[in-house]
Amino acid sequence: MAGIIGYGAYMPRNRIKVEEIAKIWGADAPSYKRGLMLREKSVPSPDQDVITMSVEATKHALTRAGVDPAKIGAVYVGSESHPYAVKPSGTVLAEAIGATPEVHCADFEFACKAGSEAMFVCMGLVDGGKIEYGLAVGADTSQGAPGDALEYSAAAGAAAFIIGRDPGVANVVETYAYMTDTPDFWRREHMHYPRHAGRFTGEPAYFKHIMGCAEGLMEKVGMGPSDFAYAVFHQPNGKFPMRVGKMLGFTKEQIEPGWLSPTLGNTYSGSSPMGLTATLDVSKPGDKILMVSYGSGAGSDGFVYEVTDRIDEVRNAAPGTRELLESNINYIDYGTYAKYRRKIRMGE
Amino acid sequence: MSTSARYWRSMPQRYRLEAAKCTGCGMQHFPPRIVCRGCGGREFEAVKLGDRGKLLTYTVIRVGPSEFCDETPYAMGIAELPGGVRVTAQIADCEFDELKVGMPVKIEFRKIREEGEAGILCYGYKFVPER
Amino acid sequence: MRDVAVIGVGMQKWGELWEKSLRDIFTEAAVLAIDDAGVDRIDSMYVGCMSSGLFVGQEHLGSLLADYLGVAPIPALRVESACASGGAAFRQAFFDVASGANDIVLAGGVEKMTDVDGGGATYALSTAADAEYEVYHGVTFPGLYAMMAMAHMHAHGTTREQLAHVSVKNHRNGAKNPRAQYPFEITVEQVLNSIMIADPLTILDCSPITDGAAAAILCPLEMAGELSDKPPVKVLASAHATDSIALHSRDDLAWLGAVEKAGEVAYKMAGLTPSDIDFAEVHDCFTIAEICVIEALGFFEKGKGGVGAESGETAAGGRIPVNPSGGLKSKGHPVGATGVAQIVETVEQLRGESGGRQVEGAEIGMTENMGGTGGSCVVHILAKA
Repeated sequence: MAGIIGYGAYMPRNRIKVEEIAKIWGADAPSYKRGLMLREKSVPSPDQDVITMSVEATKHALTRAGVDPAKIGAVYVGSESHPYAVKPSGTVLAEAIGATPEVHCADFEFACKAGSEAMFVCMGLVDGGKIEYGLAVGADTSQGAPGDALEYSAAAGAAAFIIGRDPGVANVVETYAYMTDTPDFWRREHMHYPRHAGRFTGEPAYFKHIMGCAEGLMEKVGMGPSDFAYAVFHQPNGKFPMRVGKMLGFTKEQIEPGWLSPTLGNTYSGSSPMGLTATLDVSKPGDKILMVSYGSGAGSDGFVYEVTDRIDEVRNAAPGTRELLESNINYIDYGTYAKYRRKIRMGE
Repeated sequence: MSTSARYWRSMPQRYRLEAAKCTGCGMQHFPPRIVCRGCGGREFEAVKLGDRGKLLTYTVIRVGPSEFCDETPYAMGIAELPGGVRVTAQIADCEFDELKVGMPVKIEFRKIREEGEAGILCYGYKFVPER
Repeated sequence: MRDVAVIGVGMQKWGELWEKSLRDIFTEAAVLAIDDAGVDRIDSMYVGCMSSGLFVGQEHLGSLLADYLGVAPIPALRVESACASGGAAFRQAFFDVASGANDIVLAGGVEKMTDVDGGGATYALSTAADAEYEVYHGVTFPGLYAMMAMAHMHAHGTTREQLAHVSVKNHRNGAKNPRAQYPFEITVEQVLNSIMIADPLTILDCSPITDGAAAAILCPLEMAGELSDKPPVKVLASAHATDSIALHSRDDLAWLGAVEKAGEVAYKMAGLTPSDIDFAEVHDCFTIAEICVIEALGFFEKGKGGVGAESGETAAGGRIPVNPSGGLKSKGHPVGATGVAQIVETVEQLRGESGGRQVEGAEIGMTENMGGTGGSCVVHILAKA
């Protein structure tokens, strides 16, 4: 059975508060903070992108895994902000960690579930005996259009997983996928910012797919919410994962360890994967974790993990996700944010 | 100005800090060389530089080359890594007034430059204060 | 080897010479030197130029400038050692004469830096550093020297004020030099409060972008009397040393090993010591450079260059006047020409022709011309013959 052998997360140290953004657009910051259950988000520096964050998250995952990178048989990066439109982020990642040349590589995309897709495929390849180890990364530096609701939450971060056979940190008990054609959020080729369908992104999109996936998966494994120590859902803001968790019958306590969005923002393809790394950081041997991602367009990938004894050996081998989130913070103003995110028209 | 071939050729150094150690006198060379700077020897063994070092000197570039306008002002430094190799790189994620000679730094993978709007992206190492 | 003399020198007023091209600038200075020497022919020519290719898209300067000076078919060669190109060209001319290969040789230097914009000039200059392991990472020349300054300040307690004194002194000297780009005085406060380029160096710690050329005519000492009626100046020593191109490869980031080495070889060749030198023209591309150079040449103890700069010992009338011409800071720094302009000043001083800048009793002068952050250094010692 495939399992997570090592895991790691990375996020930039810059943060911008909801108040800073609201001030510029004349919006009511308290309303946004309440409505989104979000206070601040991470912002990448000009020298950080999906590739650089993937490399750093992977280094932490490799430290925990104790695996020789040359043995990695597949490198997949899932994102909706790959630095190149044509040339996989995984090519640079694979070279940077020393996994080349005997390695399969591809980039994944599916809005915010591109990271969980990479994990899903690695698990299948390991289970099928095609590769000994796979590296799956979910990372994003996505942007929201200036003044749009998404600007308050679109953030940057990465989570990396080394997948292999036992003994791992957490075994993959079961996987499940649920998707339909639902045009809730998209970006056309050559357009700078994504578009979304407002309130349609709620019930028919996020909630329908996460519920459909979670219920389908739990039925497949014959488990209910109380069988799980923790649950991790895609976190586009602070509110949605709590609401969907409640609708499915999970408690706040089960969701909180992986609930990063209030102070991290929505790291898109990194969202539920980083929620998982934060959850693994606090989990105990025997804990079962439910993870359901969501990508607009739309679909959800579901996973049931069972934590093994090895978690105690590797948990502290690399920085914890909450530790990275809460330490070494650099607050920036909107001008710096606009400069970093290239929203300012520069000279030719 | 980095062309594809020139950038690609130096990936083992820029990405993985691959260096060479002279089997004669033990001097480490980064990047690897054909002739040892210490003893003139021609035989080397491959080594990888560590990812932690000590800052020997630094500055803050306030008027920089146009390719770095997004990041100006930025700090740069020379750090010594275990084995005696010295490396020049930007110091990212730092407050300028915390920079000190002797400060411990670690190495992070960052984007160094872009060849314009449509050219290749060039990655490499930067220093980050070790906190 | 034959003894070599300099019998003619020339340079025009330096600055942003918008109306003159590279070939104009060089030819003008060469003609001034030829007329100063009073010779009616030259046998070969060396031209120091760091990067005519990057600044004006022109290589093959030997052919171009021999053509424009009207001296083809004599052998003519462009010599390059970054900012030490001029000194290196003079050195090649020296050996051409000393070896007996040629009798009347022109050593010139030129740089036309204002046909590109600031970014273009910064890029061209950056090619004197390690392109792959220094410049790739975003370091600039002021940045490299700034790191040298930080290291010097950390190791020896040198202060920003001491650095500023170098600029102030050089401007005071340059104010008396009609050919200087910036012939006016400045104050320490002005230096400290001007725009920071790379901490701790401000714009007034840095030499400027300049167009200009300089030339010298060399001949065997024994022929000097018959060729020219100017008092001949003898070349006592010519030395050249290299060091790692990258600052980070030096054992001591605040010490210029190539300068020390070239100085050693020059002193030995001339049979002299630092205390025999009456004045020196050195490479103050940045204020910290002058401080490190005066230590490496043995005028001050290691680490005491800053104190020396502040003390007045290197000012006009001091123990060892440094850069009586105004140095690179006030005179200007058309990169390839600088080394030859140092020769021009030294020869005029030794002839007693320097007017308000005259170093009293000047008998032996030294020039120190440096490339990059000290990756190469050319030193000459000249004396009244």
